[in-house]
Amino acid sequence: MTETVSLTINGRPIRVPSGTVVAVALALAGESRFRRSVAGHPRGPLCGMGVCFECSVTIDGRPHCRSCQTLCADGMEVRTDE
Amino acid sequence: MSDARSRFEVVVVGAGPAGLAAAVAAAECGRRTLVLDATPWLGGQIWRGREAKGGTGSAKRWLARLQAAGAAVARQTAVVAAPAPGILLAESPEGPREIGWERLILTIGARELFLPFPGWTLPGVVGIGGLQVLVKGGWPLAGKRIVIAGSGPLLFAAAAEYRAAGADVVLIAEQTDWARLVRFGLSLPPLAPGKILQAAKYQAALIGVPYRAGSWAVSAQGADRLEGVTLRNARGTWTERCDVLATGFGFLPNLELPRLLGCRTENGAAVVDDRQESSQAGIFIAGEPTGIGGEGRALVEGLIAGFAAAGRPERAGRLRRKRRRALAFSRAMDRAFALRDEVRDLASPETPVCRCEDVTRGDLEKYGGWRAAKLHTRCGMGPCQGRICGGAVEKLFGWDAASNRPPVFPVSIGTLREPDPGPSVDSE
Repeated sequence: MTETVSLTINGRPIRVPSGTVVAVALALAGESRFRRSVAGHPRGPLCGMGVCFECSVTIDGRPHCRSCQTLCADGMEVRTDE
Repeated sequence: MSDARSRFEVVVVGAGPAGLAAAVAAAECGRRTLVLDATPWLGGQIWRGREAKGGTGSAKRWLARLQAAGAAVARQTAVVAAPAPGILLAESPEGPREIGWERLILTIGARELFLPFPGWTLPGVVGIGGLQVLVKGGWPLAGKRIVIAGSGPLLFAAAAEYRAAGADVVLIAEQTDWARLVRFGLSLPPLAPGKILQAAKYQAALIGVPYRAGSWAVSAQGADRLEGVTLRNARGTWTERCDVLATGFGFLPNLELPRLLGCRTENGAAVVDDRQESSQAGIFIAGEPTGIGGEGRALVEGLIAGFAAAGRPERAGRLRRKRRRALAFSRAMDRAFALRDEVRDLASPETPVCRCEDVTRGDLEKYGGWRAAKLHTRCGMGPCQGRICGGAVEKLFGWDAASNRPPVFPVSIGTLREPDPGPSVDSE
């Protein structure tokens, strides 16, 4: 049996296998708009490797976290589109 | 702060194939060795996810060998600056960390080259390699319609992986034309017999997926996310409906850290001798930063660098011949997948080139070079520090967008302040 962790995405709870990165949890939750650009355009992951910062989200109140490089943790609160 | 500081005979930056091989070689020679990586994983992007599964194939062998060799490992440790000779400053979950080295090996890999086109900023337009990494981590693709448009041998491997994850791969569009591909195929056997098998395996998995050479994406459409992509080839222009467009035009060496340390670069790659030593004595560079060559070349160069850094270059032995073969293969790939002029020039005046600061091609065209454009538009000054738009403006305008200023990656102010020895006991 795989271990799982529970987190919330924009207030909605989701359970994912442990070892999952936040970007993947967001995709599993059906989110495609991860952030807004400086001119207000929707953006989602591009490089998947921590280089481009397009997948940045707010994690536990800390803005500009790269969701592709951050592992999900129990009780984590993720907000997109900020 | 002595506990935050540590000294090693050999420090390896980057734990992909080249870094693991380098750390194994140095540690097996008895050197006190540390290998660090910015991510929580070992194996780099190419072996992403293999460690968690207990390792498979060559990843498993190298990870086991690393453990047996006794090298120290530091995860989530990102080098941000080199405050003094022989010292690296890194950010880690425990806070800033100073790491001392006698020999340094940089195995920092590469990033994908993206070329801007109208619509390339829509959610759903993803890097070919980037999507592979995400899929290895569980990114859901079941039932998604995917178009792959870009260049390089990676397109086959990616298509096979996307399909294995349940995607409907609608089309692979390769910008280079058939004539070049055939010449490349013919040049393979004497160079790398293993690659033919690999290619055949991918081809077999791909039966039924149309592969069009000499074809490329000219624009992506959608409101809030991708809905379709328009492609072009010599016969005309057409549109495919899709959920995901995977795009990428090969890879660019990561050179920020070598440049920060004063290592010479030439034609977009780090210059090294046949022992992988850079222009800076004691600093070795292996794998993609010396020229894109994939896993095989990275492993060979990593071992050579590790032995040389350990003071045992003679142990590299026959690896040198393997290295020469790998370099020849890299050159053949560069020729086969050279960019056609059309794909360099797809951005319209309204297309964002710098995605961090939303600077368009039209904004940039008012300036004569990278420096002036940066000063006036903030192009390349967002969090990616020009890693994405730098390659794009080189291909678009021929500008040299090299960067070598610390910090080489966005850091918290605390990291830069911490090593300062001044007393700061009073609270406000």
